[in-house]
Amino acid sequence: MSGSIQSETDELATELCSPLPTERVIFTYAMNAIAFGLTGLALIPLLSILWEILVRGISGLKSDMFVKAVIDNGFGNAILGTIIMVLIGGILSIPTGIMTGIFLAEFSQTNPITGLVRFISSILTGVPSIVVGVFAYGVIVLVTKGFSAIAGGFALAVIMLPVIILTTEESLKLIPISQRLASAALGGTRFQTIFRIVVTAAIPGITTGILLAVARAAGETAPLIFTALFSLDWSEGLLSPTASLPVLIFNLYNDPDPEKSQLVWTTSIVLLSLILSVSILSRLVIRQRRIN
Amino acid sequence: MNNLIPAIKVKNISFYYGTIKAIEGVSIDICQNQVTAIIGPSGCGKSTFIKILNRISELEGPVKVEGDVEFFGQNIYAPRVNINRLRRQIGMVFQKPNPFPLSIYENVAYGMRIAGRYSKVELDEIVESALKGAALWNEVKDKLDKSGLGLSGGQQQRLCIARALAVKPKVLLMDEPCSALDPIATMKVEELLHSLKSQLTIAIVTHNMQQAARVSDFTAFFSTDESRIGQMVEFGATEQIFNNPLDPRTRDYISGRFG
Repeated sequence: MSGSIQSETDELATELCSPLPTERVIFTYAMNAIAFGLTGLALIPLLSILWEILVRGISGLKSDMFVKAVIDNGFGNAILGTIIMVLIGGILSIPTGIMTGIFLAEFSQTNPITGLVRFISSILTGVPSIVVGVFAYGVIVLVTKGFSAIAGGFALAVIMLPVIILTTEESLKLIPISQRLASAALGGTRFQTIFRIVVTAAIPGITTGILLAVARAAGETAPLIFTALFSLDWSEGLLSPTASLPVLIFNLYNDPDPEKSQLVWTTSIVLLSLILSVSILSRLVIRQRRIN
Repeated sequence: MNNLIPAIKVKNISFYYGTIKAIEGVSIDICQNQVTAIIGPSGCGKSTFIKILNRISELEGPVKVEGDVEFFGQNIYAPRVNINRLRRQIGMVFQKPNPFPLSIYENVAYGMRIAGRYSKVELDEIVESALKGAALWNEVKDKLDKSGLGLSGGQQQRLCIARALAVKPKVLLMDEPCSALDPIATMKVEELLHSLKSQLTIAIVTHNMQQAARVSDFTAFFSTDESRIGQMVEFGATEQIFNNPLDPRTRDYISGRFG
């Protein structure tokens, strides 16, 4: 009796310790090699762009460039213009986008219009940004008879709007129905439930959406070319042509002045770090949400 | 038994999810300051039934209710009834603990905050007495500003009970409140039911027959017929239902010979 148990144990030990068939081992290694190789290949363009910009740009970086206008070989006015126009875009698109997102997430059962609004928002995401620029040109520039930061901000708002709408809707839908029922069972009205419980719980998701929209708008060139135009010197106000980082790069790329073409590379570093830091910030917000 | 006042009187109620009939012809009196247990196999409509009583089922989709539900003589399905005021009178604790992602204090204060303006002193007092009522005060009094989600499952469920008590309802509906809790947390909630009985009326859905026998004064047994429509088979004093059931289906279920 004990002998047969012993032999079963031995058999099991042999089974557990014997290696897999050679062809399966080779297959595993081959697949690993292919996966790592392709990942490396995909990283080459990204890393080479970063490398090129860093090498060409960093040598020309001087601290006073942040406070000088383009005309004095700085990019201070372009940073300020980008911030102002993204700010205008945010003021226009954040409240409307969040409200539309709430409408889509909370009223879709009772209101047939939501399907249409969601469809339009998705289409808006795919509209080429140059078309958005032409639209803003027609709606604002032609009416106010001038290129301005307001027109540029409006164009950026159109770019930001669908991003904010769709991420707000998604993050509201992630809040479980049990939270809504709990609020209703305490006598909460629909308004109280949505604003005090659902939106509060979804704030990290909504914030992420806003940051993604800001990162996207800050890097846009096409919508600003016909709207904010460009200015070599500090802008005279919200109703005058205004410089921005992407349009600076676009306008001065072929400039014969070597100082200006150096400025293009340095500006690229600044724009890239600006967008990267907003993206990293949005990642941090997402991580914060996971911890909670 | 004679001087019992019905807090909720259900008269011949039928319930539909869309066009699908889920419950048919249920009549029951839920008496004041008593614990009424609703037992029955899965899918017999007992959770559905309890959600009719504070009209919370209306939030889960298109539903239709036939028959009358009277709350101290008022038909709660009358068109002039304010649904938000009704739900403050008939509170509810759900199957899974669902505290808000707010602090412990704000969880309990929520019901008061949405109802009107209260001073800090008034709110402090209500929060303390609600947490004491839910036997949670001693465990959380030093961390009222910490998130309610950081509590254990049993504590979260008692937090939900405290949150419901804070708005001073006349009736508390509980939909399998212990199904997600371990035996010790379950025992604490059951002890709580005994102490709460003097202040309010409780209706509790449970799939645990021993729990129904331990905590309730009255028991309703629900079951389904061949067409999967839920109905009430028998209703009576808990002692009678468990010791001397009149209906053979109740007898089979109680003795574990069901299905």
